[in-house]
Amino acid sequence: MAVLDVHGLSVTFDTGDGVVEAVKDVSLTIDPGECLGIVGESGSGKSQTFLAAMGLLADNGRTRGSISFGGRELLGLRPGEANKVRGAEMAMIFQDPLTALTPHLTVGQQMGEVLAIHRKLKGVAAERICRDWLDRVRIPEARRRLRQYPHELSGGMRQRVMIAMAMLCSPNLLIADEPTTALDVTVQADILDLMAKLQREENTAIALITHDMGVVARMCDRVEVMRLGAFVESGSIDDIFHAPKHAYTRMLLDAMPRLDAASPAAPLVASADGDILKVEDVKVTFPIRLDHGLFGKTVPLRAVDGVSFELSPGETLGIVGESGCGKSTLARAVLQLVPPTHGSVTWLGRELNKLEWRALNKARRDLQIVFQDPLASLNPRMTISASIAEPLKTFQPGLTSRERKLKVAEIMERVGLDQRMINRYPHELSGGQNQRVGIARAMINRPKLVICDEAVSALDVSIQAQIIDLLKELQAEMGLSMLFISHDLSVVRDISHRIMVLYLGQVVELAGRDELYETPEHPYTRSLISAVPIPDPRIERSRTRIRLPGELPSPLDSGATLRFLPSKRGDAAYRPKLQEVRPGHWVAEHDALETILNAGVVADAS
Amino acid sequence: MTAYIIRRLFVAVPTLVILIVVCFYLMQAAPGGPFTSERPLPPQVLANIEARYGLDQPLWKQMWDYLVGIVTRFDFGPSFAYKDRDVNDVIAQGFPVTLTYGAISFVVATLVGVSLGVAAAIRHNTWLDYIAVGATFSAQALPNFVMAPILVIVFTWQLGWLPGGGWNGGQWQYVVMPVIALSTSYMASIARITRSSMLETLNSNFIRTARAKGLPERTVIWRHAMKPTMLPVVSYLGPTFVAMITGSVVIDIYFSTGGIGRAYVDSALNRDYAVMLGVTILYGGLTVLFNLVADIAYAWLDPKIRY
Repeated sequence: MAVLDVHGLSVTFDTGDGVVEAVKDVSLTIDPGECLGIVGESGSGKSQTFLAAMGLLADNGRTRGSISFGGRELLGLRPGEANKVRGAEMAMIFQDPLTALTPHLTVGQQMGEVLAIHRKLKGVAAERICRDWLDRVRIPEARRRLRQYPHELSGGMRQRVMIAMAMLCSPNLLIADEPTTALDVTVQADILDLMAKLQREENTAIALITHDMGVVARMCDRVEVMRLGAFVESGSIDDIFHAPKHAYTRMLLDAMPRLDAASPAAPLVASADGDILKVEDVKVTFPIRLDHGLFGKTVPLRAVDGVSFELSPGETLGIVGESGCGKSTLARAVLQLVPPTHGSVTWLGRELNKLEWRALNKARRDLQIVFQDPLASLNPRMTISASIAEPLKTFQPGLTSRERKLKVAEIMERVGLDQRMINRYPHELSGGQNQRVGIARAMINRPKLVICDEAVSALDVSIQAQIIDLLKELQAEMGLSMLFISHDLSVVRDISHRIMVLYLGQVVELAGRDELYETPEHPYTRSLISAVPIPDPRIERSRTRIRLPGELPSPLDSGATLRFLPSKRGDAAYRPKLQEVRPGHWVAEHDALETILNAGVVADAS
Repeated sequence: MTAYIIRRLFVAVPTLVILIVVCFYLMQAAPGGPFTSERPLPPQVLANIEARYGLDQPLWKQMWDYLVGIVTRFDFGPSFAYKDRDVNDVIAQGFPVTLTYGAISFVVATLVGVSLGVAAAIRHNTWLDYIAVGATFSAQALPNFVMAPILVIVFTWQLGWLPGGGWNGGQWQYVVMPVIALSTSYMASIARITRSSMLETLNSNFIRTARAKGLPERTVIWRHAMKPTMLPVVSYLGPTFVAMITGSVVIDIYFSTGGIGRAYVDSALNRDYAVMLGVTILYGGLTVLFNLVADIAYAWLDPKIRY
């Protein structure tokens, strides 16, 4: 018998603007021990379907139809009855592990209350079970973790705690709502491995809600594709990926940039002018205040630690790395939004870091940036046309308002924004439309360099693909150079000519995009690439991962930079040097992979 | 934490010194002096009096002597207006009264305000919520100088239940109306802050997690939502507590309670520099102290905050 049987489920919300139908007549079943993927873009109703099953809909939510769990009807249960099921037989983990745990209760308290309420277990017996589960989700030093607060753990660890907490009562169904979306690729790979292991060992059925076809290909047995509140296609994993029937499924698969087969980048026009931007040994350190003793002390956090690169006209350099690697700080240092503490940034032969602010502001006309969060980076009180026109007012004050309007209309059309939107405000637009506004604002003065700082990370895959195409077109048209910063290796491969991999503020590898993905040299690059899920179940089944021991270390840890060079560990001030292994392919000094793996094991044990 | 408290107390010293210096000069800058009157004193008499209180000294010397007196003898100087009483006497007489009705008002305002706010948030968009919101809005629009006469009219004149003024050693009949008059608008503010803070907390991800764990709603509210809810409330309560225990001129005047608020206003009218400065320093010191208490409470509510 199916674990979960949803039949004809509809979810509606009463809002000020009338009734909104979020889920329309949806039916699905999940069998014991299987992993069902529910794929769709934001607003498709995939989360609401399962929040309805958990009885966690917002107060204005209404349901119709039936959700039967192990033969028991869940819809219309009184809260007291629902509380016997959720958390015990059916558990759920959420997208954002940083906010999903109660900040003022320790890990042990939060896990303990699950056992207390469902199993009437307290004290030593309960603690033993909690510790056992923390061990099973591979959290080191379980005993100490139980007494820690959530903010003392990394994002990946918190998601493991969430999983351990969900598994405490051995549920028959684990609902995972975008469980790895907020995590770095290597952490994502660890969490997915862990869930697959639990599914195998505990025979727990998993409902995996995600937008990422790669994650689906790695994890799922069956897939339901959801769009605008309804299922458009369902089938086995191989059918969906290799013989998709519905146009929307095909679109989702096509829109997903692939690590193993990138579309061609914009053609690189060879130019005699030489480098447009030259960054030499840039360092950015922030003083971090540690409060110990009466007066505390500050230690330097090396966010960017000696980065050099050049960029030629019309070129895109991709910058990848995991959170805390200093990629955004590097972007801000290039634009002098954060003054570099050391090194120089040369733009068209002039050292930006030596310019006084007036000259620097002039130079900024050619140096633009597009930020990650499209909504938050636009002024909410300005219409989008006012936002787009602002750079014109600053850099071309001579224009009449008619000329300005014309230029705004022109660029809006170019980035694909409807003319009728000129008087809209950012909150009235979708994320993709807002990002187009951000791009229009950056491009309106036809700059020579645009930095995209995670510019597509917050967008749905289909929108993401459109924005990337737009950026490529604009680049070909205007001949601009780009620094494209992202944590998503597939996207970076898609758009860049060359790629630089950052690790804790240092360059570990720099090479042409195909060379980097086909013959990565540095162990860190190799582990990153092997962690990225590929949206093809056949390839996924045959891949092996290079797993580096331990967590991503803190940039405050002075020994962390030598993680890939354990043979030099005696000298903490030593910085690995870049070596050119092939023309244009630079790799930081490192030891052989086996040495690093062994050294890591020793370091973890100590 | 101990190091943090010591550090904060260190910082309090220059704060208070600056407060004293500024107040000292401001008072001297106002025209007239404590012994100016409509019928001028003979110059010789005035000179004698001023010499007696040290007012003939240069200003910096007066201030220096004043600071030394505070630090070495905890002596805030003699009152200029009341013969044979010094500032410590004035404060010792008025402050206990204010502290009593102020602290009671604070407890009442906090307990009722927080309960009302939490109840309104849990029953969001129901009649209870609407009544609570309406009541708090009206209460906030009722300042104590309107509240006090209304109370006197109703409970003293009409019903005759409570005495219209006096203190009488703090017997309960004399305390009730000052407490109601003083606490009402604070209570309303606390209720409104609590309500909006609780609504925000109930919308957060960790509350969804707590519900997904199958915890009863009671546990979700008290164990998971209460502490984060109290964070903005506590930062309001710190300064509020000082404002309440240092009393209110209005309360002291309407109910003749004899608290320190009355002495403060009188000292300003009489140009009684010493009393005015003394009370100001008392207010300043209490403000510093209870802001520190609020910050310590913060660390208890949110383990992320480490000093």
